[in-house]
Amino acid sequence: MIVQALGVRTVDDLSEFGTDPWWLSLIKAVLIFVFLLLLTLFNIWFERRVVARMQHRAGPNKNGPFGLLQSLADAMKLMLKEDIMVKAADRLLYVLAPVISVIMAFLAFAVIPFGPVVDVPFTDRQTPLQLTDLPVGVLFVIAVASVGIYGIVLGGWASGSTYSLLGGMRSTAQVISYEVAMSLALVAVFLYAGSLSTSEIVNAQQRLWYALILLPSFIIFWVSMVGETNRAPFDMPEAEGELVAGYFTEYSSMKFAMFFLAEYINMVTVSAVATTLFLGGWRAPWPLSLWDGANAGYWPVLWFLAKVMMFMFVFVWLRGTLPRVRYDQFMALGWKVLIPVALLWTVAVATIRAMTLDGGLDRRVLVGGALVAVLLFLLLSIVGERAPKEEPEAEEQPFDPFAGGYPVPPMPGQRLPRPEPAGVVPGGAQPDQEDDTARRSATEEGD
Amino acid sequence: MDLYLPILGLAVLGAGFAVVTIVTSALVGPKRYNRAKLDSYECGIEPTPQPAGGGRFPVKYYITAMMFIVFDIEIVFLFPWAVAFDSMGIFALVEMVLFIATVFLAYAYVWRRGGLEWD
Amino acid sequence: MAEERVVGVGAGAAGFGGYDRGGGEPGGLATQDMVLNIGPQHPATHGVLRLRITLDGERIVGCEPIVGYMHRGVEKLFEVRDYRQIIVLANRHDWLSAFSSELGVVMAVERMLGMEVPERAVWARTLLAEMNRALNHLMFLGSYPIELGAITPIFYAFRERETLQQVMEEISGGRMHYMFNRVGGLKEDLPAGWLDRASAAVAAVRRRVPQIEDLIFGNEIFLARTRGVGTISPELISAYGVSGPIARASGVDFDLRRDEPYLAYPELAEEGVLRVTTGEDGDCHSRFGMLLEQVSVSLDLADACIARLRSLPQGPINQRLPKILKAPEGATYCWTENPLGINGYYLVSRGEKTPWRLKLRSASFNNIAVLPEVLRGCVVADMIAILGSMFFVVGDIDK
Repeated sequence: MIVQALGVRTVDDLSEFGTDPWWLSLIKAVLIFVFLLLLTLFNIWFERRVVARMQHRAGPNKNGPFGLLQSLADAMKLMLKEDIMVKAADRLLYVLAPVISVIMAFLAFAVIPFGPVVDVPFTDRQTPLQLTDLPVGVLFVIAVASVGIYGIVLGGWASGSTYSLLGGMRSTAQVISYEVAMSLALVAVFLYAGSLSTSEIVNAQQRLWYALILLPSFIIFWVSMVGETNRAPFDMPEAEGELVAGYFTEYSSMKFAMFFLAEYINMVTVSAVATTLFLGGWRAPWPLSLWDGANAGYWPVLWFLAKVMMFMFVFVWLRGTLPRVRYDQFMALGWKVLIPVALLWTVAVATIRAMTLDGGLDRRVLVGGALVAVLLFLLLSIVGERAPKEEPEAEEQPFDPFAGGYPVPPMPGQRLPRPEPAGVVPGGAQPDQEDDTARRSATEEGD
Repeated sequence: MDLYLPILGLAVLGAGFAVVTIVTSALVGPKRYNRAKLDSYECGIEPTPQPAGGGRFPVKYYITAMMFIVFDIEIVFLFPWAVAFDSMGIFALVEMVLFIATVFLAYAYVWRRGGLEWD
Repeated sequence: MAEERVVGVGAGAAGFGGYDRGGGEPGGLATQDMVLNIGPQHPATHGVLRLRITLDGERIVGCEPIVGYMHRGVEKLFEVRDYRQIIVLANRHDWLSAFSSELGVVMAVERMLGMEVPERAVWARTLLAEMNRALNHLMFLGSYPIELGAITPIFYAFRERETLQQVMEEISGGRMHYMFNRVGGLKEDLPAGWLDRASAAVAAVRRRVPQIEDLIFGNEIFLARTRGVGTISPELISAYGVSGPIARASGVDFDLRRDEPYLAYPELAEEGVLRVTTGEDGDCHSRFGMLLEQVSVSLDLADACIARLRSLPQGPINQRLPKILKAPEGATYCWTENPLGINGYYLVSRGEKTPWRLKLRSASFNNIAVLPEVLRGCVVADMIAILGSMFFVVGDIDK
């Protein structure tokens, strides 16, 4: 009671969900399914056209109006291609990998809200424009996305090709670098929304989008979501210049198409998640929100789509602009920049939140505090820049990998001894020499 | 449980789609046997023999991967904390700052020891 | 820790008979180095260069370039062609600098014959050679970013290439293999009004080339991928005979156009139009920067040539040749600064209508030979960055 009096939500109100009859749920599921398929076809066309415009080209424009049917034609073509199962492949996982990828790609969309509660046409029912919602909605999305990565890793491993293996390994490296940062970025959102449910988070953004008040979180999430979808400049697992095609080098026909589909659906998914968590979900943007009807009925679907397409455009834009990051550089970015920043930002947000909760903190104090923090940061960065120079160059010391009885990584100034490949150790070459001398002496004796 | 059922429905739809298209393409597509075609791709050369299942290959970033587990667990704690933050106030803040600081310390140690400088 | 499995020697030998899959002692903790073939059919080798690399994780512990997939025995072919026919063979090994390669042959033959080339031909050859150089460099300015994953600059580079190629095509009829050089001059005179069109094309390219620079050259990711990557020391350059923009990017101040002048270069150097710039770092970034620099120098040279050609009086553009062209007995070595580096022809004649021996020294072969030294210790992604920055044409390696 006291808590409610403070205006704090404690339990999510998900009473709107789980009440649909089975046929309505089915219709919604099928609609989402069809929507994702069509949007993928559209997005492939969209990407090709936009990139083409950036490169003085026309892009696909022959098949159908404006070339819109090009992707459909491509999909049909892939369907009619020979399905190759390479000899070295692990047969079960090889087939399973693309299926895992694509199922997980579809699943994440189950909790994305497309709009508010609407009347179902031809009936007197009301239903939210969302398949379902969970008290742990966003966690579900993150979990499903992580399982989707398994498709890539397993596919790379099961192909039995070195390129695929390297692609899969890079994918693992990538997932451990951005996922922490991505999840940390979301903590601030949950702090403000007080919920993990997507519909609740959208409701909590009635007044202000979280992208505005939680800008650092938004930026960190944006960077990580590009990594999540293996898109340029973070497309190392499929780097075509290096690993030919990375994890799907050995895939052909529809199995290849599944990976392709999963990638594009994932792009839509992360865009939809970003929209939901940071851009007010289906809520109309500012000038439109002045119109009362903007947030009712089926209109919100349009706003939602517009926001998602905005993210899609940025995806395409990045691809047309940036070269590929080297993957240790990306890991460094994740671990040395995104994660510490996200952690500090989370603590800062929690502090501000706790202070405001504790009895209406004065705005001026807050602004003053922020100023002091900025000054401190600047000071620290200046000091930090000078610090390394003062540090004496660490002497090259012999490295004991078992210092103190435990395996330890090298300290600065120490280097890991290069493991010597067995085939090249001097000892390996000696038998040959001995053979030679033996043979020579034998011939000499023969002479 | 009603909340989770529709997700299952969508999963079945997705799985059905994937299986049906893959099977259809296997049926519809041509099949022309060629020994070279079934080899793994290695730039047009007979592939280097690999041990079954890929063998053991070095994964250099295992320390980072271990850090990842630590942070993932931290996040598991952070999510419910964030959701329930409003009802716990300053107490939650202090508790979590202590927790984050502990993990951060370990993280800083690994960074300093060069554990993030893999490969 | 790591053990290497030797799985094959030489081209196509991977997969020895009797070698079982499933190596290593069971239960052992040792990880194995992977052997990976980059090429002959690999997107980054743009051609059929093959690198057999040994990987420890993604780090390269060994690299062996295997060349010869495009070998056609051009030196032997030279010996059974007369001097007119040789030109058409000579412009094919480096298909991106066809004109410059033709030049080496005809200059060698002219030197043997003691033939004077008309002044207009000299200036026209210089002009075309420089336009060819710009064309060549533009190709690599486009293809290098694409190897690093930036897909847009190549379309900008190709737009410029198209502009230049149009005037080249108008004059010679060819878009790649111009076949416009003849012993004693050029095939035909310049068409009426061509100089204006060439000058317009050069101006257009000069105006738009900075766009490529803006697109990629200062990009943070590009810098991170190329700065300090694949550094070649001047000692290594001299040891392996690396030449051209790659050598100059490492600070080796050597350019035949200035150091052993041919064509109209002495005069251009005197006027100060021919600038030879050198880099300092010798890394991928400075090699890419070197190309950008050279394009602008080439365009300046082209402009100077156009201006000179306009002022020259009308006159012949080639020499009348006898029906059967025989070089007198003797030998000569003619080398030119090709876009990719030093291109040399050692011509030995026994007074026949075909050369007795024509040794071809192509730039790419030496430039690629240094690769194992540079690649050792890099990661795969760096290998692509380095390979792309070595600016080679596979035909030029394999001959």
